[in-house]
Amino acid sequence: MLRTFFAARDVLEVDTPVLGTAGSTDPHLASFSAHYSGPGAPQGRTLYLQTSPEFAMKRLLAAGSGPIYQIGKAFRDGEAGRLHNPEFSLLEWYRPGFSYHELMDEVDVLLRTVLGVPPAERCTYHELLGVHAGVKSAAPRLQELRTACQRLGIVPPPVMEDDVDDWLTLLWTHAVEPRLGRSRPSFVYDYPATQAMLARVRSDDPPVAERFEVFVNGVELANGFQELADAAEQRRRFEADLTRRRARDAESVAMDERLLAALATGLPPCSGVALGVDRLVMLATATVSVEQVIAFPIGRA
Amino acid sequence: MATFSTNEFRSGLKIMLDGDPCAIVENEFVKPGKGQAFSRVKIRNLKTGRVIERTFKSGDTVEAADVMDVDMQYLYNDGEFWHFMLPDTFEQFAATEAAMSEAGIWLKGQEMCVVTLWNNVPLSISAPNFVELAVTETDPGVRGDTSGGGGKPATLETGAVVRVPLFINIGDVLKVDTRTGEYVSRAKA
Repeated sequence: MLRTFFAARDVLEVDTPVLGTAGSTDPHLASFSAHYSGPGAPQGRTLYLQTSPEFAMKRLLAAGSGPIYQIGKAFRDGEAGRLHNPEFSLLEWYRPGFSYHELMDEVDVLLRTVLGVPPAERCTYHELLGVHAGVKSAAPRLQELRTACQRLGIVPPPVMEDDVDDWLTLLWTHAVEPRLGRSRPSFVYDYPATQAMLARVRSDDPPVAERFEVFVNGVELANGFQELADAAEQRRRFEADLTRRRARDAESVAMDERLLAALATGLPPCSGVALGVDRLVMLATATVSVEQVIAFPIGRA
Repeated sequence: MATFSTNEFRSGLKIMLDGDPCAIVENEFVKPGKGQAFSRVKIRNLKTGRVIERTFKSGDTVEAADVMDVDMQYLYNDGEFWHFMLPDTFEQFAATEAAMSEAGIWLKGQEMCVVTLWNNVPLSISAPNFVELAVTETDPGVRGDTSGGGGKPATLETGAVVRVPLFINIGDVLKVDTRTGEYVSRAKA
């Protein structure tokens, strides 16, 4: 069904490596590592199981692939629960020439096709934080977020760093997410610039990341970006990630120099999105846990 | 001091929270695709029975509670404490009225109960799921009523009061579900 969807739209299916030289620098993602020894690596070398096919697919885009999609396995260490399995299936696609709003339109059509849901609604991150968590400022400070937690009866973990994004995540996961996408899918767009990840930042006041997510029945299903194409800016973000990883004692990983080189030669203006296939199947079958749609989840892998 | 990390969380795990022993009822791993991971946990306070919700960052640790469930035989009540015995070692434990909670009204002696010990002191008691007790007081039985429509109250030998069908008489031995406090049947003689 997914392949038919993309074939009808002339999007090319691709297959990129699951094992890569570089891992994800995202401070909140942990890559599995594997060891390769053999021809070309007499001393052996470390490879990482990819947390998503994003970097390799962007290299194809920079090489002129045109619109591409991939359905494959992605790996994230440390993630297991009702909505997580450390090995999971990801559908990722890129649309050169699409704005992120145009890509949201396409995701919307895909969800209507696969899940039979009504057309989605769209709200900004800021609007939803105001409606569900009562946080009205465009650039909330720590104290406002602490007060909001208290008012909503959310007891924060015993030790929380003074990191605005961690507090936003606490509020977002507890007070906002569970209420999203109840009667129709819900797109959230324009995230705080500090949560831009690989999205382009628009210099509003305050600046916002041109990023979106879509929720169905409180389940985060996909995350998309107006893709950052600036190699220098991408390098600065990788370096900032690595600094945060060090501060958190997270394992250091090599940044993907091949991606940076590809961006330097020119990534066409594009939008891309990654969608959790296990969660999509879970929603399509009205089950409540990804364990119910994965033949052998991590406990029995 | 033993501790558990969030990766060891599962329902039934006994942990200390705000100085009280607690049991994890439900643990949910919460993580946005981009952002901090949390364990969102429903926890029962074993002293008060209240269920509260707490959140931990993935990787946080909490102190373990020295809590275990042990089968013991109920011996007697001295007016202040309820006494229980481990059948294999004859070791005795005294439970307070607070620890007994509702369990006391079903016990007459000899029953095997589940005693939850915290630091080797009874924290809570669960009566057997089913007990058989004689009726000491109830309105006279009504002939012809075989299944019961409304029912009537009956006082049992331990003092507990349950609703019973109209045909039950004083002296009948009844099987009662202690979890719901409901009459099940007449006990087989």
